[in-house]
Amino acid sequence: MSMPQPLSQSGADTAQRVAHVRDMARWIRQRALRMAFEAGQGHPGGDLSVTDILATLYFDAMRYDPANPRWAGRDRFILSKGHATGALYSTLAKAGFFPEDELTTYMQPLSRLNGHPNRVKIPGVETNTGPLGHGMPIAVGIAIAGQIDAGQNGRADYRVFVTTGDGELQEGSNWEAAMTAGHRKLSNLTLIVDRNRLQQGAPTEETVTLEPLADKWRAFGWDVEEIDGHDIAALLPLLDGSLARAKPLCIIANTVKGKGVSFMENKAAWHHGIPNAEQFAQAMQELEA
Amino acid sequence: MSAAAPQTGLFDCRDAYVATLEALGAQNSSIVAVVNDSVGSSKLGKFREKFPERLINVGIAEQNMIGVGAGLANGGKVAFVSGASCFLTGRSLEQVKADVAYSQANVKLCGISSGVAYGELGPTHHSIEDVAWLRTMGNIDIIVPADPWETEQAIRHAAATEGPVFIRISRMGVPALERPTDAQFQIGKAEVLHAGDDAAILANGTVVCRALEAAKTLAAEGIQARVVNMSSMSPIDEAAILSAAQTGAIVTAEEHSVRGGLGGAVAEIIAQHTPCRLKILGFAGFQPTGSAEFLMEQAGLTADHIAASVRKLLDR
Ligand SMILES: Cc1ncc(C[n+]2csc(CCOP(=O)(O)OP(=O)(O)O)c2C)c(N)n1
Ligand SMILES: [Mg+2]
Repeated sequence: MSMPQPLSQSGADTAQRVAHVRDMARWIRQRALRMAFEAGQGHPGGDLSVTDILATLYFDAMRYDPANPRWAGRDRFILSKGHATGALYSTLAKAGFFPEDELTTYMQPLSRLNGHPNRVKIPGVETNTGPLGHGMPIAVGIAIAGQIDAGQNGRADYRVFVTTGDGELQEGSNWEAAMTAGHRKLSNLTLIVDRNRLQQGAPTEETVTLEPLADKWRAFGWDVEEIDGHDIAALLPLLDGSLARAKPLCIIANTVKGKGVSFMENKAAWHHGIPNAEQFAQAMQELEA
Repeated sequence: MSAAAPQTGLFDCRDAYVATLEALGAQNSSIVAVVNDSVGSSKLGKFREKFPERLINVGIAEQNMIGVGAGLANGGKVAFVSGASCFLTGRSLEQVKADVAYSQANVKLCGISSGVAYGELGPTHHSIEDVAWLRTMGNIDIIVPADPWETEQAIRHAAATEGPVFIRISRMGVPALERPTDAQFQIGKAEVLHAGDDAAILANGTVVCRALEAAKTLAAEGIQARVVNMSSMSPIDEAAILSAAQTGAIVTAEEHSVRGGLGGAVAEIIAQHTPCRLKILGFAGFQPTGSAEFLMEQAGLTADHIAASVRKLLDR
């Protein structure tokens, strides 16, 4: 079997890579917002903040084969903030895991695309998320499996990526997993925190303080990098070099909830707010830029 | 003072819950609310405005939330711990067991948007296992109110009683049920809402109004089906169940799994005392995508299907 070649290993230069990821991200944002608008529900704020992360992973960094979604050598991604299915499903469809047409069935009766991803039904989904704080332990388990196999025969050199929300980090399970990963020096594991500073009802720092967040991860035995989460050129080299590290890597991606839609940006109300027809039209226009 | 909703239309029982909690909170400064980033979904914004220091938001951390509730109870507070029922019970099941039930802590678990209220958000967000899980613990009062009045009574019961209580609070619209003016809620007591001896429909929560409709349809056909509101799931009214078994045919209907909920409880009791024909209506497992109403229809939790189930048991 020929190994699918991600863009990151194709010899394309940085400008080409960034431009491609941007194109994909623009498409994902518009598609995700349309899905929420048409379904009358969803989580637009978190879809828009996580899109650049998803686009970078799926259209540059990760190695996978949509024709063989459970290929053992694939890089894994887990969207622990499972409510951002508008963005995730758009990404998976664009990556070829299922037909783009199917996105119109989002949350419709008997569709496999419900509000939170289901690996039993949707190719490309690694685990069923939705309750926050589940992705990290599972990612740690996959990373340990990869380490065991690499140790035995050097075969499983796949990488494991997981994205959590920031409010989500209030769940203790993340920190239990963080300790395991730090202890075992899981250098094949990369966490990208969608640090949009808002949770469901209010800013994270007004609800339960997360800061100093980078210090917390360092104290748990992780390498930490902080970047603008919408700066794809900043994200690419971190992902390119992730395997060269001796520890698991936490990328704190400073993002904007509702990114790209002026009236949604940084407003908790758009966590699960749905635009009306006029707002939708305006949003789609702004996302064209 | 009654904080119950007016008498017409459909009601979101969360409104009766928060109105009652605000009224009780004004009388009793020991009452506190504990939430998990769920001020909005629990409709506790007004409670927070009135009693800011008595609204404790622990963030997205349900295991912590239950433990903090138990600690508050230890410190003399009456802790109403409130969050989406799926996470409140499922995520924190051991905290509920060890810190609340086994420790007999004075914690009131308010499971918001129970059942399939979250429809399209899928099985992670459905809470159709909660009654089964908590019922096995034995020493926690479990109430599944059918309408705003009963929700208010359940909250009042919880506030007035020392010890753990779990109340399922749906957001699905339900009518205010007709009751005699001297109606009283009593934990452990079922409520006969429609008389009949040909068969019995035992229901709770959002399904009670559908059971009543079914009974009306059946009555027009000459079948007198008793409708019993089994809002008190623990302790459960064994006498009411055994009396229902005397009709020879019981249909149970609940917005819950068919395993271990009302149907399971009824089966446990009648099988040991008065076996009779039994049909359990509810959800058979993880549900597909669909709105709450769509899922209720698919599971047969409609007046029509309840009536058909009674006919079938009676071979009519
Ligand atoms: C265990 C659990 N508790 C509560 C919720 C309800 N919930 C869904 S999204 C959300 C807020 C998430 O905030 P954050 O992690 O910051 O995500 P983002 O801002 O990216 O949307 C909450 C509380 C949940 N899905 N799971
Ligand atoms: Mg956030």
